[in-house]
Amino acid sequence: MDRFVERLVGEVLDRFGSDRTRLMDMLWEVQRTRGHISEDAIAALAKGLNMSVPDVAETVTFYHFFRTAPFAQHVIYLADTVIARMNGYDAVRAALIEATGADFGVHDSNGQFGLDDAPCIGLSDQEPAMLLDDVVFSSLTPEKVFEIVAALRSGKSAEELANPEAFEKTSVDYVDAVAEAKILKSGPVLFQEGRDYAAIVKSVVERTPEEIIAEVDASDIRGRGGAGFPAGLKWRLAREAEGAEKYIICNADEGEPGTFKDRALLTHSAKDVLLGMIAAAHSVGSRTGIIYLRAEYWYLKAFLEGQIEEFKAAGLLDKNILGSGLDFDIRIQMGAGAYVCGDETALIESCEGKRGTPRVKPPFPIQHGYLGMPTVVNNVETFALCSRIVEKGGAWFTAMGTEQSSGTRLLSVSGDCVRPGIYEIEWGMTLDEVLKMIGADNAVAVQISGPSGEMLRVDKDRYRKFCYSDLSCNGSMMVFNASRDLLEVARHFTEFFVHESCGICTPCRSGGVDMLAKIDRVIAGRAVAQDLEEFKLWGKLMMATSRCGLGTTAPNPILTTLAKFPELYEARLNTSKSWLLSSFDMEDAMSEFDRAVDNLVREDVQ
Amino acid sequence: MSFTITIDKRKILVEEGCALIDAAADNGVFIPNLCYTRGKPCLGTCRVCSVRVNGKVTAACTVPVTPGMVVEVNEPEVSEMRKLLVEALFSEGNHNCPSCEKSGRCELQAVAYEVEMTASPFPYRNPKRTRETAAEHIFLERDRCIFCQRCVEHVRDAETGQAIFAIHGRGTTARIEMDVALADKLTPEQVRAAADLCPVGCILQKGVGFDDPMGQRKFEVKSLRKRVLEGESS
Repeated sequence: MDRFVERLVGEVLDRFGSDRTRLMDMLWEVQRTRGHISEDAIAALAKGLNMSVPDVAETVTFYHFFRTAPFAQHVIYLADTVIARMNGYDAVRAALIEATGADFGVHDSNGQFGLDDAPCIGLSDQEPAMLLDDVVFSSLTPEKVFEIVAALRSGKSAEELANPEAFEKTSVDYVDAVAEAKILKSGPVLFQEGRDYAAIVKSVVERTPEEIIAEVDASDIRGRGGAGFPAGLKWRLAREAEGAEKYIICNADEGEPGTFKDRALLTHSAKDVLLGMIAAAHSVGSRTGIIYLRAEYWYLKAFLEGQIEEFKAAGLLDKNILGSGLDFDIRIQMGAGAYVCGDETALIESCEGKRGTPRVKPPFPIQHGYLGMPTVVNNVETFALCSRIVEKGGAWFTAMGTEQSSGTRLLSVSGDCVRPGIYEIEWGMTLDEVLKMIGADNAVAVQISGPSGEMLRVDKDRYRKFCYSDLSCNGSMMVFNASRDLLEVARHFTEFFVHESCGICTPCRSGGVDMLAKIDRVIAGRAVAQDLEEFKLWGKLMMATSRCGLGTTAPNPILTTLAKFPELYEARLNTSKSWLLSSFDMEDAMSEFDRAVDNLVREDVQ
Repeated sequence: MSFTITIDKRKILVEEGCALIDAAADNGVFIPNLCYTRGKPCLGTCRVCSVRVNGKVTAACTVPVTPGMVVEVNEPEVSEMRKLLVEALFSEGNHNCPSCEKSGRCELQAVAYEVEMTASPFPYRNPKRTRETAAEHIFLERDRCIFCQRCVEHVRDAETGQAIFAIHGRGTTARIEMDVALADKLTPEQVRAAADLCPVGCILQKGVGFDDPMGQRKFEVKSLRKRVLEGESS
């Protein structure tokens, strides 16, 4: 074994006390030092953790960003999203190949550059965008790509390029320099300036847990992650559950394509999120919190750690918070590229160092969560809102929004509109009002809640309302005008789910592939009416029988475009009376013949 | 504590804490499945035991019975779903029963008969999967793996408690892997048990095969349905 690897793994094992539940952190340490996680490193980790080699590799090979082979000095991940493809993705992709001399999945001749794909990296309002080392570059053009690559060749680091004014990594200026947060409409709840955090934390710890839970209950706030579970009830159930320890987890794995509002909250309202977590910890009786941060947001890590340190220095975190006797500390857990880890139980598995397989429910995390203990998992926005509720009161919150959907919600707006960015809206606004607000006069279709949500048809859905009983939007909103091919959009979303399926349950693993193959046939003009019926049948199967939210929502892109825009599908159907099956692809069938000739017939005869 | 639930309009008395799939079997209702093993923790991966519970489609291995639960098993729509799931598994891998050593002992094959599958409506993918032959006593035929996780979760090295099998990759790139050194430590009985635990012909014992003549193979002697209803674990 490589001595260097052996020593490195030894140090890493020591640092994490050979605790296998911290495997994600150990893998990151190895990869960030060596550029990849070699067979030797996996073997050494396995030995140190009393795990078999395939067991360690199960975690390594699950995550998109972990590499088992050396790749390149600078690895560039270009976000391949529907929005990027509307904004010059192809030209940027070609420019990257030309400028670097590398290709996607292949590094250049001297190993300086390597290219790879990534799903949405949380910059949909400024795409095309790419990850490069620990930072991002957005609003890319071919010219910008050539400039960046030339600067890297001249010896500059990606970090210097993204942060030319050399701000401290722990400063908000640094994060803003790397990835601008376009907050176009804020208030009255979120992104407030000049909050007195010490006073609010003091008021929290001076109240009983029951009082805090009652306040959150009174606000009627429902989780902003998508499922909409009442936050107060979740906290109460976790409080009542038996457990030697209890945990608070902030889900900052903002992976739904088209969503980027949690990134903005973590940049400009990070302390709101910490405060919300402290309120939850006090309510539930927890001493440990975790922020599960997606690896795409690595440039936020140092800043968030700095925010936690500032809270600690002010006595608002760690031991004996403001003399109340309450202990609560927060650590950051980095993800490594897996959309499914946005599912709370997959996220918990990942926090425990395992592949992100969603758990069988019941039991639910409030009973049996992180390390088997009662655990509250809430979204970033939920914690930020709760920090305001414990300050201003539940009644203040319910005065906003609608009867059933209290308060406000953040929208991440992208696509065909004049003003893409982040908006805080009160629940109850209509689609029409929102489209006017963002300057989307020519919108024909709107994908709400990302690929897992639904495609709206503007002329029919214009007066539908943003609220839990109608458009219970998870924050993502992508707008399309008449020039966009919605079948290509649905196809792209479906492919995303195929890539992100953990593969543990039959309907999601298998059904997604079949749905994708079928929409390819529709687009190629080789589908018939029966195929559209099979979309519905197979989609229903996936929705009804899949194990987690990924599988149950994966057919939505096709099913909702088919429901709203059936004419787009029908126009592509093959209605010819040919005696050949419409699914039969003559060209593909004949290609076998060409291959056979290539392989079997001697060159001189050919 | 015992209470009643309703399965297909029939009231049955069940014990608190019992998984629905077991409660059904104990009362003569067969629900096909491919990942569940009675007495072992639920895996909930194959979804072939999907039934309707209080109106919602649910995998019967994943839910404990609750008082007054209303369950539909042999209702047309949910029966069709179970069949489709089995058919999906056949199209996804390479399942060629006539040439398979597990034929007649294979749960996937037996369940396919139970759901009255003929040909899969899903396009056959004919994936190219490599087999793992390095272990001394185990042959890993990946063509047939259905990712049930039985071996991953239930087979352990006796000395260290380490996992011998693991799933690498995810989604369409998922594949079963085996720790060859640990596999070589298994006794012949343990190898046999691992092969029997596998619901398909993926984990095979080297050096034996086709030992029972046709007509006298495991599920021909006694059907899977009968075995499940009599409480046998697989």
